[in-house]
Amino acid sequence: MGFEVLFKGNNLLRLFEGLLAALRISFVSVIISIFCGLIVGTLMTQKNRVIQVITKGYLEFIRIMPQMVLLFIVYFGTTKALGINMSAETSSIIVFSLWGTAEMGDLVRGSLTSIPAIQYESSYSLGLTSAQTYVYVIIPQIIRRMLPLSINLITRMIKTTSLVMMIGIVEVLKVGQQIIEANRKSSPNAAFGVFATIFFLYFIVCWPISLLSKYLEKKWEN
Amino acid sequence: MEEILSVQNLCKKYDELVVLDGIDLSIKKGEVVVIVGPSGCGKSTFLRCLNGLEDIQDGKVIHDGEVINPCSGKLNKVREKIGMVFQSYELFPHKTVLQNMLLAPLKVKKADKKQAEKEALGFLDRVGLLSKKDNYPRQLSGGQKQRVAIMRALMMQPDILLLDEITAALDPEMVREVLDVVISLAKEGRTMVIVTHEMSFARAVADRMLFFDEGRIVEEGSPEEFFEHPKTERLQKFLQSFSYAR
Repeated sequence: MGFEVLFKGNNLLRLFEGLLAALRISFVSVIISIFCGLIVGTLMTQKNRVIQVITKGYLEFIRIMPQMVLLFIVYFGTTKALGINMSAETSSIIVFSLWGTAEMGDLVRGSLTSIPAIQYESSYSLGLTSAQTYVYVIIPQIIRRMLPLSINLITRMIKTTSLVMMIGIVEVLKVGQQIIEANRKSSPNAAFGVFATIFFLYFIVCWPISLLSKYLEKKWEN
Repeated sequence: MEEILSVQNLCKKYDELVVLDGIDLSIKKGEVVVIVGPSGCGKSTFLRCLNGLEDIQDGKVIHDGEVINPCSGKLNKVREKIGMVFQSYELFPHKTVLQNMLLAPLKVKKADKKQAEKEALGFLDRVGLLSKKDNYPRQLSGGQKQRVAIMRALMMQPDILLLDEITAALDPEMVREVLDVVISLAKEGRTMVIVTHEMSFARAVADRMLFFDEGRIVEEGSPEEFFEHPKTERLQKFLQSFSYAR
């Protein structure tokens, strides 16, 4: 079945290291996206036309562009055009953060606008300042509303990191390919074993995240 | 008696539409003022102007010697003293009943937690909802939510309470449990401005009745003369619309 190659040398360990590389990129990007998404999403609800046009344009641009093209622009494009020499990992984090921020921002915007104005007014009427209203009343509610969709976004981001091998990062899928190539003669079936293992690795990363989401949804149902 | 709230020539417009057209009103400590009028007459908007939820185009609202200015940074200080209860309750859905009541005292007034909790439980007990303290708003009936909302406003020890059609969203059988609470507040001398469509309640609770129409106070008086001997034709018509005959 091709699983035997995994136990040759330190192949399994290399796969794990590849997975870690992918997770490092996703983790950093997700953190940046959540933080910047909150800011961008809040900006999107502002009535100012200029801000609306800019944020809307940003969101549409990022949505239309395939992530791979973005990766190429940032990694290869900036080096040539701007003379900036960024590592592949930095480029990936930039691209994934840009994407995550746009999507997260849109989720924040959606949840913010779904909270009626009178909920704010009720909080103001109790003497809370607008900062306190956001911290104690509005943000806890939008987090609860956003949770399922954000989890979905985070798992999508983790899965999409497989693209970064296109700019030379040795992540789990790339390691898999290398192992298959190296063992082409001795284990012609390696592809199945290796990719099945990678499938399983992605699963054990994403599954707990969606379990957590289910748990929190249930807990906050009240 | 000491004046708590004073409204002078209050005008409110949405573009060209005049909602409030020069309202003057003085509310004294311990007074219960009830506002009635046809829908769209500006009575709810008027109430919202009293705690700065609406900006106004002319005139002013003065609370305890201080002008309420919707653009001022000190608005939240004034609002601590002016409680408001809405038609749609507006409890915070992610907090339990007790947490709803404690939020403002703890965060705004920095009250002592033990003390505030004791007070909150006392209030809940008073309206018969002590057993609901750890429930979330969605587990309560409309009437229960509204009683919590009133007690939540009281937690800030406001010196005036604004009630904006607080029973309009309730099923008829729940109206009484809420209005009984309001009547008990009136008995203990709370200052209140109440907008309502419940005429028999208005008559029972009011010290002074106001009739709003087209953004103006058309008639005012004691509940007695207001309901028994309405002077203006518009009020007579309005009151007639509440009685049925075959």
